[in-house]
Amino acid sequence: MTDLASSATPSAAVVAETDDSAARLHRNLFIAIAVLLAIAPFVAYPVFVMKVLCFALFALAFNLLLGYGGLLSFGHAAYFGMASYVSAYTAKNWGLTPELAILLGTAVAAALGLVFGALAIRRQGIYFAMITLALAQMAFFFSLQTPRFTGGEDGIQAVPRGKLFGLISLADDRALYWLVAAIFMGGLLLIYRIIHSPFGQVCKAIRDNEPRAISLGYRASQYKLAVFVLSAGLAGLAGATKAIVFQLASLTDVYWTMSGEVVLMTLVGGLGTVFGPIVGAAVIVAMQNYLAGLGSWVLVVQGVIFVACVLLFREGIVGVISKWIKKPL
Amino acid sequence: MSEDTILSTSGLTKEFAGFTAVNGVDLKVRRGSIHALIGPNGAGKTTCFNLLTKFLPPTRGQIVYNGRDITGEKPAEIARLGLVRSFQISAVFPQLSVKTNVRVALQRKRGDNFDFWRSERALSPLDAEALRLVDAVGLSAFAELPAGELSYGRKRALEIATTLALDPEMLLLDEPMAGMGREDIERIEALIRKVSANRTILMVEHNLSVVASLCDRITVLARGQVLAEGDYASVSKDPRVVEAYIGSGVGHGH
Repeated sequence: MTDLASSATPSAAVVAETDDSAARLHRNLFIAIAVLLAIAPFVAYPVFVMKVLCFALFALAFNLLLGYGGLLSFGHAAYFGMASYVSAYTAKNWGLTPELAILLGTAVAAALGLVFGALAIRRQGIYFAMITLALAQMAFFFSLQTPRFTGGEDGIQAVPRGKLFGLISLADDRALYWLVAAIFMGGLLLIYRIIHSPFGQVCKAIRDNEPRAISLGYRASQYKLAVFVLSAGLAGLAGATKAIVFQLASLTDVYWTMSGEVVLMTLVGGLGTVFGPIVGAAVIVAMQNYLAGLGSWVLVVQGVIFVACVLLFREGIVGVISKWIKKPL
Repeated sequence: MSEDTILSTSGLTKEFAGFTAVNGVDLKVRRGSIHALIGPNGAGKTTCFNLLTKFLPPTRGQIVYNGRDITGEKPAEIARLGLVRSFQISAVFPQLSVKTNVRVALQRKRGDNFDFWRSERALSPLDAEALRLVDAVGLSAFAELPAGELSYGRKRALEIATTLALDPEMLLLDEPMAGMGREDIERIEALIRKVSANRTILMVEHNLSVVASLCDRITVLARGQVLAEGDYASVSKDPRVVEAYIGSGVGHGH
């Protein structure tokens, strides 16, 4: 490096402090989430909380790709849904223990992400989104046409929850809850780490200005593919866990509306914020649950919320809070 | 090819549908020089630039860098060979802080940055150097600000700091002074002079007084072809050059 300036490093202490204060806030939020997770099953219906956690993890995975990789996938249901099928099928037909079924589902989703991602990242913007959608629809039709694997319209029902590591029975909702909470927390921490890793920095640079990142010597397509695979794998982790929780994998999980729902959750919560997708998923899942009496009108309510969200606060719930307190969340 | 030529093109041509933007350009850039590419609007300067950095594929012709044919290389690979460009539209990473913008470039020294499992702390050894570069372009007061909030001139300065962070052997600057105020121009001019000490610079520039004071050698393009080449004194007296600019004041600067 050339000797450009001999002047002392400016205000290094101030810099370090601002970085630290955001990091400290995040750490406190992680502790708060852990506490909430610990008391949630005692104050709320565990199955409902588990549903929120699965979708929150799904939205977090999606947000990793869109919010930090700048890639709008409109086919994330494929990874969520296929992982859900694999985990349900192997738990039921091969008698795999739940953790192995979930791991296998995750691995299949990541592998699918590698294939679909390699095809989709050749195009950008709306074309990228359309290719991911088209590939996801192929995954849907595959699921529809192979009832021997997916159970067709019926899905795979009565999936055994089994015993964790072959030892701990997960039949009880509370017991299963702790596994799901641990998976969620692990996924959240991993995503947080990815976002703040050296790899994450390059991804954010590519998101902000791809030609510039390329001109600095970064092979942008490799980074995009890597973040795509990570996102697909984590979406798969969410789907595979969901199949064990509800003891069901169905076409709903792999249908394009599921891809749309995860976009909605992420935008409502706050795109490109660490914690936004969790809030977004909680809002949407709670709405679906408590407004279930409205029947298909839930979709109308969802649509209204989405439009209001985009018109009134484009940064999403957490995005707006983040602006208020002037700290990244 | 002589030893001291770092970058050369032969018969470089780019045709767009029914239009030849760059037509048979032979360019030789001497190692260690500051070389300017000037010409009236639409002369093909930026297209030429994009060809050299592989952001556009040439229709015909050859590009040789350090004795190596790079005509078929990809943009990221060119950068890895030490040939780094800047952009005409200020190219920063708007959501990243000024310091992080520079640090992203410094990260390239780590090799491939696929370590998604490692903490950001792995990058803190680069912070001091990033801040030094930020300071060198006069942006130390803005180090923690998102780059998108900088003024235009400061974005250009940041872009130069980011480019320098790669410590490239050769710099391609696409109108580094465009849209800058006079103070900024003086600072960037001094900066370019400073960093030119041990590297080669090829720049497209409209500000002819900058070109006159900074550049050793000037190539004038017009309608995609080389019109004249030489030092500023000889080029500015060339009647063809004067004609191409039609009295826009080549001899007097802006």
